[in-house]
Amino acid sequence: MSATITTQNLAATLKGQFWFDALTIDMVESASPVASVRIADGKLGDNLCRFIVVQPDANNLYPRARNGEVGLLEGWSIAKAVNQIILESKDEPVKKAIIAIVDVPSQAYGRREEALGIHQALAASVSAYANARLNGHPVLALLTGKAMSGAFLAHGYQANQIFALDDPAVQVHAMGKAAAARITLRTEEQLDQLASDIPPMAYDLQSYTSLGMVEKVIKLKFTDTPDTEDIDNVSKVLTDALTNIDPNDTSLSKRFNGINRAASRSVRKLLKEQWGN
Amino acid sequence: MTNMNDQKIAPSFIELNARKRIFELLDNESMKELLSPFERLTSPWLEKQGIVPQFDDGVVVAKGEIDNKPVIIAAIDGSFQGGSMGEVGGAKIAGSLELAIEDNRRGIPTAAVLLLETGGVRLQEANLGLAAIAEIHSAIVELRRYQPVIALVTGPVGCFGGMSITAALCSYLLITREGRLGLNGPQVIEQEAGIREYDSRDRPFIWSITGGQQRHAIGMVDSFLDDDISFIKHSVIEHLALGIPQEFRSDAIDSSLSRLLSVDTTAQLDADITRKIMTQGVPL
Repeated sequence: MSATITTQNLAATLKGQFWFDALTIDMVESASPVASVRIADGKLGDNLCRFIVVQPDANNLYPRARNGEVGLLEGWSIAKAVNQIILESKDEPVKKAIIAIVDVPSQAYGRREEALGIHQALAASVSAYANARLNGHPVLALLTGKAMSGAFLAHGYQANQIFALDDPAVQVHAMGKAAAARITLRTEEQLDQLASDIPPMAYDLQSYTSLGMVEKVIKLKFTDTPDTEDIDNVSKVLTDALTNIDPNDTSLSKRFNGINRAASRSVRKLLKEQWGN
Repeated sequence: MTNMNDQKIAPSFIELNARKRIFELLDNESMKELLSPFERLTSPWLEKQGIVPQFDDGVVVAKGEIDNKPVIIAAIDGSFQGGSMGEVGGAKIAGSLELAIEDNRRGIPTAAVLLLETGGVRLQEANLGLAAIAEIHSAIVELRRYQPVIALVTGPVGCFGGMSITAALCSYLLITREGRLGLNGPQVIEQEAGIREYDSRDRPFIWSITGGQQRHAIGMVDSFLDDDISFIKHSVIEHLALGIPQEFRSDAIDSSLSRLLSVDTTAQLDADITRKIMTQGVPL
């Protein structure tokens, strides 16, 4: 793969866009209902695949979704992009892969969003991704920046496998720090201190991987200005994943094995014992 | 105060705690609680933060029957940490739904009922709450292929955050006047977008946007219920009997997209404008 894209200290919100462009440079960009959701179709190795990214669009019809947030249009548009693939490969023995490039600062916070049902829009993309995985499509997520809260639920969290770039810009959390501080009646400094003791509360990638959700952290030579070798390396990791994935393994159960997820395992074990039948 | 002894006022469902709600919905003597408080399976994260855990982690799950049909039923206790989803409570719901899927694969037609009173992720367990919610989503999308998964939002907490997505994935969604449904809590929107966008103290405004009556008027729920135990139970039975819907609400992609793309976003909207937008053209 030849990356002709030049980079100059990518802003965090542009990393998704950069990686989408870099990884799909030999692919065909497909029509999308909105400029904030981009779709490209092509091949990784021998595997047919569709890439999807959510990126900033200064002209977004919905003003609260102009900075790369997953809003009303984004939720339904992702759903459309994924459902197209499900319908297309309905009768195919080998299902086309779907790769979500994740750099989403948050869901869209706004009055129009609540009034017109952003929860339903995000449910649409969750539903589409989950259906794709359950139907045997390999679904991968590549975390290239922020993977926050409802936005991550809607774009990436239903994947068979989650990969992450080894970049401090990659952050996973349930809520932005300022809002989390207000809701929990703490200061941001107090939140940071708690996070150092309590891995699920931390924003950094290392803590997140201890929960068992990440398949692999991909090292880069240059996090802010990735070169051709970095791009080829990421592309290879994704290609290998598609080649090795077991299409019959459609569940999320691999994720329960994290060192900091003991309670999730014991709850399931006890439930099974008590279930009866 | 309970209205149980007043013949003129119907017994309230909302005033019941999570365990009692389940008891009332299930057929007589069919309730079998799983991971009851006697197991003392508490959150491994709360005590480290100076918060007293609860022995059921704020989630009650039980097997039983409704109208002689096997169900798994989960009720979130809105009075413990705002009904927030932590690792244990989340795993109780996700794990039960996963076992219901296994039942169906073996020919046992277990359906599910979820009583959602929740602010969403428990921020003290942030990423594990979020992960559990993703697993609940996955299980619902799979289970609803076999049997109805019914969400019931009665209040007083309402259903927010990632759990509002949960509600929106269900086969059927039932709500009362006292129930609210929305992705982002009012305080968070105000924090992120400013008071002019969303005034979290303006309660009539908040209810006009996310309250049960409005959600019913714009077609985002299947049924709008009075707070009356027998009425609610009857509605759950009715929706279980409906079986799998022709189209899941979460899959109405083209109609939703064309509607949202035609909205005039130069002016702000209110409850009335929302109703006009949402009821014009093709129904959801």
